[in-house]
Amino acid sequence: MPIRIKKEAVKRGIINRVKEISGIDINTCLQCKKCTNGCPVSGYTASSPSEVIKKLQLGAGEELLDSEIIWTCVSCATCFSRCPMEIDMARVMDALRVMAEETGAAKPDGNMPLMNKILLGTIKTFGRTYDLGAMALYKAGTASYMKDMDKVPMILKKGKIALLPSQGADKKIVKQIFNHLEKARKK
Amino acid sequence: MKYAYFPGCSAESTARDLYLSTLTVAPALGIEFVEPAGWSCCGTTMAHQVDHDLSVSLAAANLLKVKDMGLEMVVSCASCYSRMKIANHEISTNLKTREKTAAALGRDYDGSVKVRHFVEIIIEDMGLAAFKKALKHSLSGLKVASYYGCLLVRPPEIASFDDPENPVYMDRLINAMGGVGLDWPHKVECCGGSLTLTRSDLVVKLSETIIAMAKDSGAQCMAVACPMCQINLDMRQDDILKATGHRYNMPILYITQLMGLCLGMSEQALGLNKLIISPQETLNFIR
Repeated sequence: MPIRIKKEAVKRGIINRVKEISGIDINTCLQCKKCTNGCPVSGYTASSPSEVIKKLQLGAGEELLDSEIIWTCVSCATCFSRCPMEIDMARVMDALRVMAEETGAAKPDGNMPLMNKILLGTIKTFGRTYDLGAMALYKAGTASYMKDMDKVPMILKKGKIALLPSQGADKKIVKQIFNHLEKARKK
Repeated sequence: MKYAYFPGCSAESTARDLYLSTLTVAPALGIEFVEPAGWSCCGTTMAHQVDHDLSVSLAAANLLKVKDMGLEMVVSCASCYSRMKIANHEISTNLKTREKTAAALGRDYDGSVKVRHFVEIIIEDMGLAAFKKALKHSLSGLKVASYYGCLLVRPPEIASFDDPENPVYMDRLINAMGGVGLDWPHKVECCGGSLTLTRSDLVVKLSETIIAMAKDSGAQCMAVACPMCQINLDMRQDDILKATGHRYNMPILYITQLMGLCLGMSEQALGLNKLIISPQETLNFIR
């Protein structure tokens, strides 16, 4: 007896949206796992780059956006560099991050999305990053005052962090870029 | 040799020592640097994690400034180097990205400004023979593990820096300075980079793997060219000690600091006082 698969019953999950954002076609993946073997963090996470691809292909949905690999990924691009099919997995990870933010997915250990938001905020304001201000805001936002506190006096004493934000940037063009893209995103 | 020099945000903060040593070394090698007025952040890791168009536009704003100067752009931070090259690649290969960037900047940019790393211009433009001639002192056999990290070499088609799996540019400089550039396996492993504050537990593990391998390979110090690599490997040795009991005491110097020492520059001028693990044992080799 022939087995009939109803087209409607096959869920496509989020794979198409990933392709739309990243411009990357992950369906050429051979599952050779060179990405996973070279990945510096796959030994420390529950998932790996090749697994993320397979899950997407099998129709994984928004639940994938909660997985910590998305934020544990360091964007080192070892995966992309060694991929025989030249899949830019680092770019796929970026697309998953964008989607995680869009859907309000679970915040990972260390709350990288908050760190990103704060640092981008300093760029929008000053035209350049302001590490010390960002660190203070991040610590307040994550209530992690004690973590790395021994580092602060040390780097201050060594002059290895700027006390005040930089004033030299062309703030006008940076603000213009941020405002333009915020508007474009709303459209 | 005249170039536009893009310092990058860390030059004013966590990598002040890289900035100071680069600007001290350059004129001694006959290299003239002009900073683009009003340079701004390249967008680094957070921009591309949040909005791809933002990351391209932030980098392109600076590339456009350099295009107006009619010079090549020299960068010493690996992250800036990577973002500038990726922006150039995206803009010159994807018309849609070029149009979006032009809309954000209010001006068209064609992706044509050549982006180089400081190490590249010494080897490719100046040449090792001329570099050697400028030196006053020698590293006298100092064994150095050159650590290139991620963003200088990857992705190779875009970065096109030396060899992506076994780069030797810094090693060639070290050998020219009378040191021994070690052949070791972790040259392009990742130190954990931007996870430095959010997942310091991972950075400690990744950094230890790298430092331990350098030590096993006989390194007496490590040379780096990236601000994130430098601060992770240098600052986290204390945490490695606390977490594992392993004391490495491995000095992590910028390649420009080693060059400056061989050019007879003062420790102050090279920002050596900013290093966390003391470079004293390294300095004893300078003859």
